[in-house]
Amino acid sequence: MLEIEIDGKKLTVPGGSTVMDAAHSVGVHIPHFCYHKKLSIAANCRMCLVQVEKAPKPLPACATPVTDGMKVHTHSDMAVTAQKGVMEFLLINHPLDCPICDQGGECQLQDLAVGYGGSASRYEEEKRVVPNKNLGPLISTDMTRCIHCSRCVRFTEEIAGYQELGMPGRGEHTEVMTFIGKTVDSEISGNVIDLCPVGALTSKPFRYSARAWELSRRKSVSPHDGLGANLVVQVKDHRVKRVLPLENEAINECWIADRDRFSYEALNSEERLTKPLIKQGGVWQEADWQSALEYVVHGLKDIIANHGADSIAAVATEQATLEELYLLKQLFAGLGSQNVETRLRAADFGLKTQGATWLGQSIVDFVGSDAVLVVGSTLRKEQPLIAQRLRQAVKKGAKLAIVNSHGDDLLTTLAGELIVRPDQLVEGVLAVIKAVTEARGVAAPAHIDLAGVEVTDAARAVAAVFEGKDKTSIALGNLAQQNPRYAELHAAAAALAELVGAKLGVFAAAANSVGAQLAGATGAGNVFAQPKKAYVLLNTEVEFDTANGAEALAAVQQADMVVALGSFGSCALEHADVILPVSPFSETSGTFVNVEGKPQSFNGVVRPLGETRPAWKVFRVLGNLLGLENFGFNSSEEVRDLVLAGDVAAKLSNAAVAPVAVKAQAASGVVRLGEVPIYQLDMLTRRAPALQATADALAASQLKANAATLAKLGLAHGGNAQVKQGAGVATLAVALDAGLADDVVRVAANLPATRALGALTAAIEVTQA
Amino acid sequence: MAATRLLSDDARKEIDRELAKYPAEQRRSATMSALRIAQVEHRWLTNELIEEVAEYIGIAPVAVYEVATFYNMFDREPVGRHKITVCTNLPCALSGGADAGKYLQQKLGIGYGETTADGRFTLKEGECMGACGYAPVLLMNNHSMCKHMTPEAIDKKLAELE
Ligand code: SF4
Ligand code: FES
Ligand code: FES
Repeated sequence: MLEIEIDGKKLTVPGGSTVMDAAHSVGVHIPHFCYHKKLSIAANCRMCLVQVEKAPKPLPACATPVTDGMKVHTHSDMAVTAQKGVMEFLLINHPLDCPICDQGGECQLQDLAVGYGGSASRYEEEKRVVPNKNLGPLISTDMTRCIHCSRCVRFTEEIAGYQELGMPGRGEHTEVMTFIGKTVDSEISGNVIDLCPVGALTSKPFRYSARAWELSRRKSVSPHDGLGANLVVQVKDHRVKRVLPLENEAINECWIADRDRFSYEALNSEERLTKPLIKQGGVWQEADWQSALEYVVHGLKDIIANHGADSIAAVATEQATLEELYLLKQLFAGLGSQNVETRLRAADFGLKTQGATWLGQSIVDFVGSDAVLVVGSTLRKEQPLIAQRLRQAVKKGAKLAIVNSHGDDLLTTLAGELIVRPDQLVEGVLAVIKAVTEARGVAAPAHIDLAGVEVTDAARAVAAVFEGKDKTSIALGNLAQQNPRYAELHAAAAALAELVGAKLGVFAAAANSVGAQLAGATGAGNVFAQPKKAYVLLNTEVEFDTANGAEALAAVQQADMVVALGSFGSCALEHADVILPVSPFSETSGTFVNVEGKPQSFNGVVRPLGETRPAWKVFRVLGNLLGLENFGFNSSEEVRDLVLAGDVAAKLSNAAVAPVAVKAQAASGVVRLGEVPIYQLDMLTRRAPALQATADALAASQLKANAATLAKLGLAHGGNAQVKQGAGVATLAVALDAGLADDVVRVAANLPATRALGALTAAIEVTQA
Repeated sequence: MAATRLLSDDARKEIDRELAKYPAEQRRSATMSALRIAQVEHRWLTNELIEEVAEYIGIAPVAVYEVATFYNMFDREPVGRHKITVCTNLPCALSGGADAGKYLQQKLGIGYGETTADGRFTLKEGECMGACGYAPVLLMNNHSMCKHMTPEAIDKKLAELE
């Protein structure tokens, strides 16, 4: 520990701290631009100059290590003169166009210029002008305003993992840009907007739509992946205008992913429903809530009376809140049906665990592991911020390995990488288990049959990451959870975890995947395989939210009654009988339980649009109309407190109820690797125009295969192919993906082009088109 | 991904030698040398060539582009067979450097940054070459330094060049 005095305050700080760190720890503010606590030190803006006793000239606080007995003055004449001098230089080439700048009112340069700038400029010569750059659909540029702090450049390289932005040129000619003609394509790119201390990088969708001081700031929680990123939603005139991160070091740090930031566009979409609709004689009629709900009640009662309670089913996406899912389940229980399911993209429901599956530990502990194995995951797209945190962990020495069905670049260093066919993920994990048993001379548990398992060097490399490590973790991603042999895969991963002493975790695909289990809204399995007479769909677009869109669509089309509760009409218009407009996360109070089992409650940030109602209230009324007991809740908080009564942690468990036998199987033939594209995850991302214009979204509908497979199928990179599963056909552009195993054809699911196809991991016919 | 392969095997081997001087996780340290090797082979650096160098080193193209645009000895526009760089910094300028530049412009019929129509000569202005005592100085193709370049010496030098 070192002793230091800042502006007369004495304190002790750990060795290696900078003057900036020390000042922050006692709440002394030192003006700065380039310094950011999550980025490397650049010390190029010089705004943080301070006086250090015995030093002959001012020193940059962000880059000056504390020495014992140091005396720092942040506001002495010397410091302030230096700071004012720097500000004068910064403003020489700055356009001072605050009145037309989106950053106005929340600009660090503007704020500091008030404190340190002159009231008039001594500079009368011409200012430099820098052409704007096209960074893609999310980030707008006004590069003349750039002060070259390099925060954005360091973000892309250090946090996002790939230096998409750079500062070519020298001196006056320096400009922030991408490499010629490229856009910024990272899935967490929007954070550079927050980082930019001036108005050089601003939000493209938000541009010129409101002033910072007109917006109210309301807390919320991201409805997308299971991380549960904390948000500040900014609102004007009952419309969501912008979404920013709310710092929470334990969850999202100070970042959010692009879908957290830009999906709000869907909340204001033209497709929003504002009134209940009932189909009469094949024509949609607007209805009042009373009649619509009575229609639902009668319809369901009729069908139960004629066909029994097992003939109705409810499905919901895991974007629904804990309260909504609980009441939906209670409603169905009251009607005598257990057919409620949220795991709509799963193909194997054989796994029974002792509690809700979760990360197995806190996010901070998980990313603090010494070695991590991720099984079956398009990690950067499924869990953008966990991928980011693991990237930082690797920099600090953690070992990361994957057993996966593709070799997508995680923009970090992998210590082991085993790529297998999607129908051989189980065998991949078995190979790692066998490598561990051979290396350590231990035996696998009895239910794991290692006969016929071949140990490759790749499997040995994956097994080796656990060698000599204390805190280790294994996590199952979305591709694993959607696998047709998920129960076996889980059992194999659990056995491996047991052998190497790792913690087993299951990533949460959606905001409330853990909450859905706690609410008891899972367990019915695939309710579309054996079509039912009636379906209740909560926030579910059957072709876009299920593993097998063709099958689900066929099931709802043949049903006698389909009740769709959702925020958008477009999808259900074709097959529903009643559509009830219910609130998205921004218009209701509710709770999401994130991947670490942490319940995060939020309030509505705007009032419901038109006659939209929060779904939990709709279920409450339905319960009352049906004369069910225990539907007398006064608030969503009452529902939450009931569901989460007791110790939540005790309800989480990744341990199987009974051991699942695992045995290697052979696989051959062309197989589909189906995955859900990052911006098709849920109804909001699908309707956010800016997200749909990103490179990720545009590339999603390509068919990908490795060179050998392309040659075998007679396809060429850049050409077209026709794919077929059952009756579903799609014509797709072809692209080379060297990271795939032989005979694997990567065709994303839940896209307009591919929704008619069948199962995610199954045989697929491919021909030239 | 560059569509065609621009760097020859020899150039790649030379770059490998440079890469070997740095630790495996510091490959970007070889960027300047790699660009020099690429420029010697192709006379100037196209964006495609810059991208290929980046790919070969294994870093982002913009990181190589930053280096290529920072140093003025890297050419990002076509140059003639002989690139003549005249030092016009102050010490040289005071001892005939500016005049040498003017003489060259007149003789070749081109301004700074231009190339003769026959593609023989490109004329550039350069920064101090650390040879102020020998002013006026010229640098030929970034590699050979010519000192005391009076008009007669310039005439003689130009005559020697193809
Ligand atoms: S664009 Fe913004 S963040 Fe990037 S260097 Fe310029 S001022 Fe800094
Ligand atoms: S904040 Fe210290 S130099 Fe920029
Ligand atoms: S000024 Fe020309 S060599 Fe130094």
